[in-house]
Amino acid sequence: MLLSKATTAAVANAADRAQTEGRSLWKDARIRFFRNKAASLAFYVLIAITLFAIFGGYLAHWDNETIDWPLMGNVSELGGPSFENGHYFGVDDLGRDLFARTVQGTRISLLVGIIGALIAVVVGTLYGATSGYYGGRVDSLMMRTVDILMAVPFMFVLILLLVIFGQSILMIFIGIGLISWLDMARIARGQTLTIKNKEFVEAAVATGVRPMNIITRHIVPNLAGIVIVYSTLLIPSMIITESFISFLGLGVQEPDTSLGALISKGASQMQYGVIWQLLFPLFFFIITLFAFFFVGDGLRDALDPKDR
Amino acid sequence: MLSFILRRLAVAIPTMLILIVISFVLMFAAPGGPFNNDRPLPPEVLANIEARYGLDQPYIVQMTTYVWKVVTQFDFGPSFKYRDQTVNDIIRSGFPVTLVYGFWSFVVAVTVGVSLGVLAALKQNTWIDYLAVGVTVGAQVLPNFVMAPILVLVFTLWLGWLPGGGWNGGQWQYLVMPVIALSTSYMASIARIMRSSMLETLNAGFIRTARAKGLPMRRILWRHAMKPASLPMISYLGPAFVYMITGSVIIDVYFSTGGIGQYFVNSALSRDYSVIMGITILVGALTIGFNLLVDILYAWIDPKIRL
Repeated sequence: MLLSKATTAAVANAADRAQTEGRSLWKDARIRFFRNKAASLAFYVLIAITLFAIFGGYLAHWDNETIDWPLMGNVSELGGPSFENGHYFGVDDLGRDLFARTVQGTRISLLVGIIGALIAVVVGTLYGATSGYYGGRVDSLMMRTVDILMAVPFMFVLILLLVIFGQSILMIFIGIGLISWLDMARIARGQTLTIKNKEFVEAAVATGVRPMNIITRHIVPNLAGIVIVYSTLLIPSMIITESFISFLGLGVQEPDTSLGALISKGASQMQYGVIWQLLFPLFFFIITLFAFFFVGDGLRDALDPKDR
Repeated sequence: MLSFILRRLAVAIPTMLILIVISFVLMFAAPGGPFNNDRPLPPEVLANIEARYGLDQPYIVQMTTYVWKVVTQFDFGPSFKYRDQTVNDIIRSGFPVTLVYGFWSFVVAVTVGVSLGVLAALKQNTWIDYLAVGVTVGAQVLPNFVMAPILVLVFTLWLGWLPGGGWNGGQWQYLVMPVIALSTSYMASIARIMRSSMLETLNAGFIRTARAKGLPMRRILWRHAMKPASLPMISYLGPAFVYMITGSVIIDVYFSTGGIGQYFVNSALSRDYSVIMGITILVGALTIGFNLLVDILYAWIDPKIRL
């Protein structure tokens, strides 16, 4: 009796509260996200890295192309990290300021990751939603195409592409964009299949909305949750892909650089006692990836609580 | 079973053709031919050379001849840069190397990954689990091109235990670092997948029944849990194979093993199209063949798939 009274009170109380502060899906997700300590820490780290990539150049004492001639001949002894000569992260093998180079590399790596993910989101979501919505023969044709493309070892084709059309950042964007949408298309299709029989889609069909409008206005917005989660996880894998190519020397070319190119340079120089040339880019590479993975995991838990 | 395999082949063959067409179209789109040097050859000489390599034929003829030779005689044609070497010579000298450490990496990734995942699932929320999860999360951000320099730094420069590169006929000292560098991040993925699917399986009704009947845990694990729990891991093997074969390029270049990836990058840098294309097609065929195997394995293990 007492218990049931307490329960009713609690329920009434909860009902009251629900009325006073109505929570939208997104607010709910935000609260859940920031309750997750690792994810919120990663989120702030990510903001810090982004700020570093955008504004880090203003902190640098040197720019990324100026060669510090007195250091150049004796990088291993004089070129280490120091505050006195303004090379906070030391200099690279040519005597250029590694701090400025790291800022530049981080910026390009982030850019590649974000743009690659953006292409994947736009192309993949539309493709997957279309395929899932139409179903039947269209669906099986579109999805078989994805299956076929997925079985192609794309890194080799991408390298072929870079070799033939020249190595530029634009070409890397195109190449990475070509690969990245496949997974997204599959995920979006799967989600569309569960959405398309819901009442609001039926209502739209009944009122005579054209299929393409149903897809863009009714289905795609409802894919937002899973698309956001997946694209945060896609960004680090795009960064890895770009770094992979740059590590081989086939990616971004001098004077541009990326974290992968810097790691490659550092790795080839490390036996000369200039270990900082490897460690600083590596540090930024690893914490960037970590931050994206944790934010992605946190978002997944926040947006889809029943998933785990 | 046969019709299932045939249906898979029906997907595999167009995939292969698409790959060949893509590589060909890219190659034809490339500005300049392989014999356009800085010092132009006299036109008659150029015409002779091009006739020797069949480059004076229409594109479609070149493509069909190429495909025909590859399919019937396994002949990838001559290298454009190294006149005395055919693409087959290059594959013959580089491929076995890649195959050896690729095989070991695969074995290491699967065995260590599966055992780590199962162990973590069995001892959920103990220090073993936390350790395993920590290792897999850490390894996620250590792709092969990060792992390789770190390993060389520690084991060659600091400790001096292992040679920093080379192959030497595949002695174990030369194998250790390539295998670790290539397998780590896939090992982590396999462990993660295995852990979550094993947890799911262990909570399933049929496992509870088996426990209620008093079967020992070891028997439950091997007879009942292992098969259904390994399905997600098996479907990951296909992509893992692609990643590994791609990663082998880094390993070959970084450790100078003389494997196929080293030739690939060198010919990419010197624009030796026929070598690039031969390797791309070979790798594509391997990938498709492997995916076919994985599909068959999956269908064989999964009782839900009726053939």
